[in-house]
Parts: sequence; C-alpha cells; structure tokens
Amino acid sequence: MTVTTQPGGPDGSTEPANSSPRPPTSDERLVHRSLPVRLLRRPELGAVVGAVALFIFFALVADSFLRPSSLSTVLYFSSTLGIMAVPVALLMIGGEFDLSTGVMVTSSALASSMFSYQMTANTWVGVGVSLLVTLAIGFFNGFMLTRTKLPSFIITLGTFLMLTGLNLGLTKLISGTVTTKSISDMEGFDSAKAVFASTLTIGSVNLQITIVWWLALVAVATWILLRTNVGNWIFAVGGGVEAARAVGVPVARTKIGLYLGVAFAAWVSGQHLLFNYDTVQSGEGVGNELIYIAAAVIGGCLLTGGYGSAVGAAVGALIFGMANKGIIYAQWDPDWFKFFLGAMLLLATLLNAWIRKRAEATR
Amino acid sequence: MNATEDMNATQDPQPHDDAPLVELAGVSKFYGNIRALEDISLRVHPGEITCVLGDNGAGKSTLIKIISGLHQHDGGTFSIQGEETRLASPREALDRGIATVYQDLAVVPLMPVWRNFFLGSEPTVGRGPLRRLDVQRMRRTTHSELLRMGIDLRDVDQPIGTLSGGERQSVAIARAVHFGAKVLVLDEPTAALGVKQSGVVLKYVAAARDAGLGVVLITHNPHHAYLVGDRFVLLKRGAMAGAYEKDELELEELVRQMAGGSELEELSHELRR
Repeated sequence: MTVTTQPGGPDGSTEPANSSPRPPTSDERLVHRSLPVRLLRRPELGAVVGAVALFIFFALVADSFLRPSSLSTVLYFSSTLGIMAVPVALLMIGGEFDLSTGVMVTSSALASSMFSYQMTANTWVGVGVSLLVTLAIGFFNGFMLTRTKLPSFIITLGTFLMLTGLNLGLTKLISGTVTTKSISDMEGFDSAKAVFASTLTIGSVNLQITIVWWLALVAVATWILLRTNVGNWIFAVGGGVEAARAVGVPVARTKIGLYLGVAFAAWVSGQHLLFNYDTVQSGEGVGNELIYIAAAVIGGCLLTGGYGSAVGAAVGALIFGMANKGIIYAQWDPDWFKFFLGAMLLLATLLNAWIRKRAEATR
Repeated sequence: MNATEDMNATQDPQPHDDAPLVELAGVSKFYGNIRALEDISLRVHPGEITCVLGDNGAGKSTLIKIISGLHQHDGGTFSIQGEETRLASPREALDRGIATVYQDLAVVPLMPVWRNFFLGSEPTVGRGPLRRLDVQRMRRTTHSELLRMGIDLRDVDQPIGTLSGGERQSVAIARAVHFGAKVLVLDEPTAALGVKQSGVVLKYVAAARDAGLGVVLITHNPHHAYLVGDRFVLLKRGAMAGAYEKDELELEELVRQMAGGSELEELSHELRR
C-alpha cells in the first residue's frame, strides 16, 4: 500500500522520534511561509496598491476629495461600474468574454420601462419581465458559446451589435422616440426606486443603494469563487478546460451559469438606470462593456482565464471611480481621464503577466 | 502472472470472481472507412501493469479513448469485471472505476495543488446556501495522500504549475488512487520527461500497482515499459503486433520489436555510407 517513505514503518511506537519528523518538518515549512509571499499570490494585490496610491495622490492634490460628499460620489460612480465588473470578472476567470454587457444593461432598463408603460402594469411586473428577458440574453450567449464552440469574443460581439440595434429599433417602434416615456407616476414606482435607486443617509453622509448592491455582489461572488465547488469549476474551466472535462466538471453548465450571473447584474444595473432617471435613452451603454473588462483586468483577472478575484474587480472599479471623480475635484481637464485609464490598464496587465509567469514557472 | 492461463482464457466468456478488471477481446474501431483499431485484445488485472506499446499512429490513443469512455468501440467486446459494457462518457468510466491521466491535460496549472486534487469531486459541508468546500479537509487530505504516494509537498497552496512535469503526473496519479480508481490508464506519462523525472513517475506507477490497482501504461518507450510492466501489448498500424508476459520476453526483444525490427535493419542499410 505505502511506498518506502517512512523507515520507522509499522513499529513506530518503539521509535517515535525516528518515524515522525517528516510531517512536522513540512508543517513547519508551511508556517514559515512569509506574509509578503502570501500577499504576492493574491491576484488583487496590484489593484489594492494602485488604489491606495491613487487615494493618497488625490487626497494631496485635490482639497475637496476627502470631503464625505465627494467620497460618497466616488463610491457611487464606482458602484455603478462595480456591479457589472464583478460578474464580468467571474466570467473572465471562467475563460470567456462578454462584449454585450454595456448594451445589455440598457436593454434591461428598456424592457422594464416599456413593458410597464405599454401594459400599464405595476412597475414590478416590468421589473420581473425585464429579469426574464435579461437572463434569456445571458442564456443565449452561454448556450451559443457552448453549442457552437466559437470564441466568446465573436458570439458576444454579435449579441452586442444585435442588442444595440434592437434597443434603438424597438424603442422607436414602440415609443415613437429614442427615449422611453416617464413611468414615475405609475404604480409600484416608489417601492422599486427604493430597492434600486434610493439614497441611504448615514450620519451626514448620503450613500446610494447601488453601493449596497455592489458590496453584496462582491461578497456573494467571493463566496462562490473561493468556498464552493462551483468556484472550483469556474477556475478550472478558465485555466484548463480539457483537464476540467476529463475529471468530470460540467463545463457547459458552468459557463452558461457565468453568463446568467452577468445577465443578473445587468438587470440590477438596468433597473437602477431606469428608477434613477425615470426615462431611458435607448442608445446608452455602448462602450461600457470595455470599461467593465478593464476594471476586471486592473483587478488582476487574466485575459486568458483561470486567475483573478471578485474583490480585485471591485477595487478595479474603485480605481476607475477615484480617477474619474478625482480629476474633477482636482479641477483638471477631464479629457485626461481616458489617457490615465489607458496607462493604468497597461501597467496592470504588465503586472499580471509578471505574476502569471511566476505562478506558472516550471522548475 | 503465468503465461499459460492467459493463453487459454482469452476466449473464456463467462464472468467469474477473478475476472480481469478490464478486458478487451477482438475490439475494433473505425473512423468512417479508416481502420483505427482492429482485433485488439488485452486484459488488466488488479496489482498488475499492462503496457501498451506502439509507434505514432499505431492506435494507442484510440485505445485509450475507448477504455476511458471518450469513444465507443465498433466491434468485439469490452468488459469491466467480467461484465460486457459500452461506456457513454468519461464520467461513466470514472464512476465504474476507470481513471485516465492524460499526458498534457492532467491538471489546471494556475490552480493550487489542493484544488486540483479534488477538482470535479469536491467534498462539501453545510447545507442549502451555506454548503461550502471542506477546505481544511481538502488541504489535509491532499497533503497526506501525496505523502502516502511518496510526494512530500512543501505547500499544497502553490499553483500546481510550479511543480515539475513528473510531480504533476504523480499528483494526477495520486488523485486517481485516492478517488478509488480500480483501473488507472496512463497516457504517455513519461513522454515529455527527462530520465530522472521519468523514474519518479514510474515509481508512483509502481506505487499505484502496489495499492492494488490495475494499470494500463501507454508508452512508446520500451525501456520504461519493461521496468514496470507485467504484460505487454504491441500495436502496429491499428493491429496487434504481439502480446507477451514479462517472463516470455527479454528487454532486447521488446526494444527490437518497438524499434520496428526489420524496418530498423532496412533503415540502417539506407543510412550506411
């Protein structure tokens, strides 16, 4: 049964000192693994360092940056990105892209608004219909991907273009204009607004409820990723799909589930959009998909899959939020924002590549 | 074990207690009108290593795919413990106790060793939304199971990609043993490895055999095969070129057969200056 590893063998009772040293030695080496090494292994390390540096930087150059109202604005902006960046990060860990996320948010808001308005139904009915529609879009992405085995880049690029057209075309067809009608006087609007677009006042600080959604999504995503078997499968289908299949991981179901997760977050974002502004511009959302991906990448997700974290993506979104609003509080030309983000993204990707090389290095 | 019993029993249809774990009798496989395998017979007994040798294109990978449930055979019989069967998927093969370790895709490189070890069969605790991985047990079991196979791992949290090729194969073997595999199918486990690493892997193959598993070792290296093998099946262009027990065969003969025998002599003529 056993290999010749322990010379002490069966009569270990007579020579306990001789047969036992091996396991303790290895345990000892485990304990002595230094804190920096453990931290270096975390995918979100780069993003956290970047976020702290950025925070200190803007705290020094922009006087109004540290005001509670400014910070809550930063958090609000970050949360609207972060709600999407977190499931997008999970999807990327699972080895796939979704280019349709930006317009999917708009589709979700449009579906909700137009259904409620046209059917003169309670807004909650529209919210429910919108959930089904958005999940169906996500399922379509995942199903097409696992069935056709085409790259997700192509499939979701197709969905992106189709949704962009549908958003404009259907809205014009149904509402007559590119903007939906106001639904603020409809039944259920106030309670739905409370869930998706209200403001919580804690002390003197006003916090948007999207921050709560954001944090909850981060918590749930982290739990799934690190502490459930589904999380294990997500890492596996992204990091080595053939190996995963060979040991019996349900690859197709895992990937479709990831697309459904993205769709769920798009629904939350879409409902926020709707109940915050009461009307929806049907052309909105184009380009946001790349921002979500950028946030996930800054947060430590590998483009090739198999590595990353939900917390990292959230920190990536926070970096976006701080940069976007910090530049305004510092009274600089906001035109610099995009340049700054591009540089940040490149730096983050370089750092990730370096980490991956370390992680994969073969002795 | 002994040669005569093997010779007589090949056509014996009725299942009995000491039936081989896996038995192929006259198995054929066609891809369209291309013959990938024809009339292949081999048997795998507990605690024995059956080596399948053959050059590129001899049909070794087709044979693996049939045993591991990726493909189905077109002719002949495939029995597991005396019961004739036809596997529908790798999952079914796993459930029937046949674990396959592929050369390149045995593990997910970026995942920690312990996550790789339990991938696809993760133990959980708790129920409902609180059902979660039993992380402590997974870490501990990985460490102790690897130690039992003779792999002393410093840290089960390191990405498995940081291990050497031989160690990665060994972890995959230890995983199959832990999950109660009765038959271990190894696809070219030493192909990409150096001499020392190959030795390490062969040691674990022998350890799996000693643990009572039946092993199918696919290789094109007769030296490695002869070191650990109990019986040898030689494949050539999809057909059997010979089946031997260890005591019927000298290493030189195996090498000669594998090197192509007469073909090699021909080649040496051609290359002579």
